[in-house]
Amino acid sequence: MKNRIYLYARFERFWHWSQASLIIFMALTGFEIHAFYVLFGYESAVQLHTTAAWVLIGLWIFAIFWHATTGEWKQYIPTFDRVVTIVRFYSVDIFNNAPHPYHKSRLQKHNPLQRFVYLLLWVLINPAIWISGLLYFFYNDWKALGLASFLSLEVVAVVHTVAAYLIFSFLIFHVYLVTIGDTPLTHIKAMITGWEEVEQEE
Amino acid sequence: MVNREQRCLALILAIGLITSLPSGASEQPAEAAPSALRSQSTADHSTFEALAQRFKSGRELTKACLSCHNLAAKQVHTSTHWNWEFTNEETGQSLGKRNLLNSTLISVSSNGPYCARCHIGNEWTEETFDFSAEEQVDCLACHDTTGTYASKKMHQLRVKCSACHVEFDKSKSRDVVRKPNLSELAKRVGKPNLASCGSCHFYSDGGDGIKHGDLDTSLLSASRHLDVHMAKDGLDYSCTTCHKAEGHQMRGTRYAPEAKDTHGIDVVGGSRATCESCHGLAPHPDSANVKLNDHVDRIACQTCHIPALARGGRPTKTYWDWSTAGRLNDAGKEIVEKDGEGRIIYSSQRGGSQWSENLVPDYVWFNGKIEYLTMDDKIDPASVVQLNTLAGSSDDPESRIWPVKTLRGKQPIDAINETLASVRLFGKKDDAFWKAYDWTASVGAGMKAAGREFSGKVGFVETEMRNPVNHTIAPAEDSLTCVSCHSRNGRMAGVPGIFMPGTGTGAILDIFGLLLIGSSVLVVLGHGTLRVLMKVRNNGRRRPS
Repeated sequence: MKNRIYLYARFERFWHWSQASLIIFMALTGFEIHAFYVLFGYESAVQLHTTAAWVLIGLWIFAIFWHATTGEWKQYIPTFDRVVTIVRFYSVDIFNNAPHPYHKSRLQKHNPLQRFVYLLLWVLINPAIWISGLLYFFYNDWKALGLASFLSLEVVAVVHTVAAYLIFSFLIFHVYLVTIGDTPLTHIKAMITGWEEVEQEE
Repeated sequence: MVNREQRCLALILAIGLITSLPSGASEQPAEAAPSALRSQSTADHSTFEALAQRFKSGRELTKACLSCHNLAAKQVHTSTHWNWEFTNEETGQSLGKRNLLNSTLISVSSNGPYCARCHIGNEWTEETFDFSAEEQVDCLACHDTTGTYASKKMHQLRVKCSACHVEFDKSKSRDVVRKPNLSELAKRVGKPNLASCGSCHFYSDGGDGIKHGDLDTSLLSASRHLDVHMAKDGLDYSCTTCHKAEGHQMRGTRYAPEAKDTHGIDVVGGSRATCESCHGLAPHPDSANVKLNDHVDRIACQTCHIPALARGGRPTKTYWDWSTAGRLNDAGKEIVEKDGEGRIIYSSQRGGSQWSENLVPDYVWFNGKIEYLTMDDKIDPASVVQLNTLAGSSDDPESRIWPVKTLRGKQPIDAINETLASVRLFGKKDDAFWKAYDWTASVGAGMKAAGREFSGKVGFVETEMRNPVNHTIAPAEDSLTCVSCHSRNGRMAGVPGIFMPGTGTGAILDIFGLLLIGSSVLVVLGHGTLRVLMKVRNNGRRRPS
């Protein structure tokens, strides 16, 4: 039995897609700054990367406010409940055309595995890239901030790049897993319209 | 913007001037030379009685100068220009032409009166010279505004031709005007201009542009692109605009440069010959990339604003090999060999040469302290001997990255005592290298003149000499851009102690990253393919899990 539910609020969708485009744009400019290719030119790439970063920071301030006021932050609380089942589904059962063992609901949008991955992103990888990115940007103020004695630009740059690689890897899995709906476009449609057909818990 | 305003103002003034002139203005007698009116000076020397006489010697002219400028000679007597000696208070080293050796014309001390033809004194033609005599100061050496005096003086004093000319047409040497017209030049004295200073400094070490790479005769007609300050169509500065010279003491010395000026703007009364003296400590305007001003603490202005050396069409020497000098042809005559572009790549007098135009400078950390190798220092003949060492490092907050011109070469040493050798190049006797091409004799004479022991055995070592460059400042649009350094194999590639974003450093990191991305893609592709295959196999049916 399928049910059509309103899973993603308007702000959530706006946040998702604008964040997605900003992250992809920052990867594009970031890896140019990393000297992988020439697209915008180094100087423009740095300026665009910086501007995009400030926009993303602004977006996050709204997102944090939204999560806090709506209580949606609870969606990210990790749980071990049925983790094994989910892992088993993705590694074995999915090939046997088994249905997804986790049924989304308005109150629990993320399956336990998703929760862990998002938590990893929010607690480790994102802070790593933001803190290193801001340190990079404010390099000239290190002395005034008392950071110059123990920080090295190279370490900051390495942390920033490692985090970027990890986010890029996340992006690849994220985009792939989006296509594992009933049809390849099911999940994308949901993230555009907000409505998703979900199997009702029996 | 300022330029446009200035031009508008000039145009308005010009129109006003033309329309206000009485008719027949062209018939009016010119009372003063136009240049004298344009000058900032309040005196027109061409009308002075003291100068309206026939001067038979430089000393006579100097006496006339001193009749008004009665402190001038005393001031000059305390200058480096006069003494050719400079004591670096920080290192304690006695520097200056008198003491130093380099890899170009090697040494002054052993060629006394010959090298002294360039000195700002009158008649230093003997081994001895009275440095305390006021009338021996040659005022014209610097204050001749025509820029022709120094050359005529050298010809009059009969310097050996090869001091400046490696190759010349002997048949025309009779036509050379050998005598400066002192009476005429006296009327045209004034503040030194580019031609005055350039008449010596453009020709340092034996020819136009040879030594510096940022000082040559191209500055006399510099475009804005070559030098934004000295360009005739630009700011039209003279040397003393930046090299403030109060009481004949010039600011800005090669022996103790200011590598990082933290004083900022203090240009009232003249510049201290640093960029910051006029441009301040945050020189880039708000309209420029904000990161530019973040660079000034570690990057000298010159690094970006001198994009290349020898940009004015005069090649500069990059290699001077004395070890091959003295080779003569079968007839026992001197040889001159040129490359396809007409540059002298070998001459019997000077040995092998390499030249460069639009030369990318070398870049080094520099904090303003330079140690010079002296004849007292032991050298390692197996190594490349550094004639000077620019101190500085990335750890030293006083250091900035500077562009330098490096002159490489081979020069004579005392092979047993392992010291640099002084050489007598000039002279009429056979101990002059340019007379008999006998290294042992000319090093012997050179060492004796320098008061040094000589073992009798001459060797050659490879040497390097680095000079920070300051001139030929390009306008912003011709300066280096971010990508000049922030790119793979950028200009700072050889500078130690820096992490340069954008240079693709970090191979291990990228191997990790690309493995991660690659394996992510593989996992996704494998998973997807397997999923599709299994779906086909199961005909879309669900199997019990």
